[in-house]
Amino acid sequence: MSVDTSEVRRIAHLSRLAMNDDQARDFAGGLSDIFDFVEQLDGAAIEGVEPMAHPLDAEQRLRPDAVTEPDRREVFQAIAPAVEGGLYLVPRVIE
Amino acid sequence: MAQETLSGWVRKLQAREISSRELTQLYLDRIERLDPQLNSFITVTAEQALAQADAADARLAKGEKTPLLGVPVAQKDIFCTEGVRTSCGSHMLDPFVSPYNATVVERMNAAGAVMLGKTNMDEFAMGSSNETSFYGPVRNPWDTERVPGGSSGGSAAAVGARLVPGATGTDTGGSIRQPAAFCGITGLKPTYGRVSRYGMIAFASSLDQGGPMAATAEDCGRMLNAMAGFDERDSTSVERPEEDFTAGLEQDLKGLRIGLPTEFFGEAGLDERVRGVIDAAIEVLKGRGAEVREVSLPNSHLSVPAYYVVAPAECSSNLARFDGVRYGYRCENPEDLMDLYTRSRGEGFGDEVKRRIMVGTYVLSAGYYDAYYLKAQKVRRIIADDFRRAFEDVDVLLAPTTPELPFALGAKADPVSMYLSDIYTIAANLAGLPAMSLPAGEIDGLPVGLQLIGNYFDEARLLGVAHQYQQETDWHARVPAAFA
Repeated sequence: MSVDTSEVRRIAHLSRLAMNDDQARDFAGGLSDIFDFVEQLDGAAIEGVEPMAHPLDAEQRLRPDAVTEPDRREVFQAIAPAVEGGLYLVPRVIE
Repeated sequence: MAQETLSGWVRKLQAREISSRELTQLYLDRIERLDPQLNSFITVTAEQALAQADAADARLAKGEKTPLLGVPVAQKDIFCTEGVRTSCGSHMLDPFVSPYNATVVERMNAAGAVMLGKTNMDEFAMGSSNETSFYGPVRNPWDTERVPGGSSGGSAAAVGARLVPGATGTDTGGSIRQPAAFCGITGLKPTYGRVSRYGMIAFASSLDQGGPMAATAEDCGRMLNAMAGFDERDSTSVERPEEDFTAGLEQDLKGLRIGLPTEFFGEAGLDERVRGVIDAAIEVLKGRGAEVREVSLPNSHLSVPAYYVVAPAECSSNLARFDGVRYGYRCENPEDLMDLYTRSRGEGFGDEVKRRIMVGTYVLSAGYYDAYYLKAQKVRRIIADDFRRAFEDVDVLLAPTTPELPFALGAKADPVSMYLSDIYTIAANLAGLPAMSLPAGEIDGLPVGLQLIGNYFDEARLLGVAHQYQQETDWHARVPAAFA
């Protein structure tokens, strides 16, 4: 399957990756090769096979609904790009 | 001096023949002197290491005997280390100083290990050559014009050059075994779920597994004793009793049934010289009493394509967390929230990471899920079933780790040809099986790796087979001349 520049830009947008036309053109070839490559899966004998999500087919483990982590808000916010008054700052969303 | 193995140093430290401070200084000096040729470390934590060494010496003086007490190690820069930059080889996390330790780091600290620093790696562990690192490529100590493999290439090169006696790696599709093979060291990917993924920056969560990299199988067993164990903070950690992974080292090989998967030997692309090395290794194991037979893994040719659906899908989800808001890189002067997200990610991630995020986003997007992801998960099941059948007749599987010798920097420019360098390693990840690589020969001065794949939770047996092989051969003891 071949992807063109506009398809690359569409996927980049879904992926939240800024990308201009030149960059999209550079990615198109490699992505097309990868999609061609994975088309080998089309020949697999998988009729009636259960999909495998976990190598050991383990069930999700449950734990008691109890507080186990201490409050480390200040430590975590100390590594954020921009915080104020205990809040993470981003550009204005609502005018 | 630096030729000594990690296990050898443990014995010398216990016997008080050397102090942890002296040993730590010895390796820090080697890193300072020799690493400029390799670029295997992103961060060296000299001051902290010497403080840990002094603490270890105090414990040794009291007669304590934890498994790694006083021994220098390095952590792949994918493991979170409190107060120390944890970059994952990415511009995105260049400013990230972790506020907590990974479970692996906590456990190794508790075992008394001294951390010398954080090793270089392919960005977010996506690569097979260590060329995708934001911090520049790592070079192979056997030939610095060649790659060390990846993604744990910094750990492999550092151990290969004896800049550290042992280091951690992670293996999602071969990222411990392939660089171990390229750098002439021993490395083990444990059964999925053995080693906690807590604090190990996620790439493909159903495949990622941490493991040890060192000179010998004995070293790897000793390190795994410290690393492995149930962790309630990792939802896929397996609940099993603690195990001594060095318990099988002295087990002889009489009657051991070794399977040779025909698909790993017959395919085009296997370098005949590599095949010759593997054939010679088989003779060594036969000489120690092992029985060898051919087995078939008929769907193994689908491993790489299935992996390049499953791994990118999981990566696109996992890497969605890097948004420029809570930690890591943020672009300058964002116009609005969408601009903040897309430019922080567009500027923070390198090309290979972007490529895989886009593949993953595409295969998970509306209308394509069944055609790609669901199909790949079904293929994953038939690949695992092939192994299940093979292990009804044999105890371990043996194959080359890589189809070819370490390649030159820049030699694999297109993504698919790079992906195919993991053709023999990926199947074990899809199935979740333990597998290891050990040095088995040299061609034109470059090391060749032998791969052993075991049944679930059979790490002790794998390490035992490798240890018996290492009793008969000295490939694991060889050090590149420039670093001897």
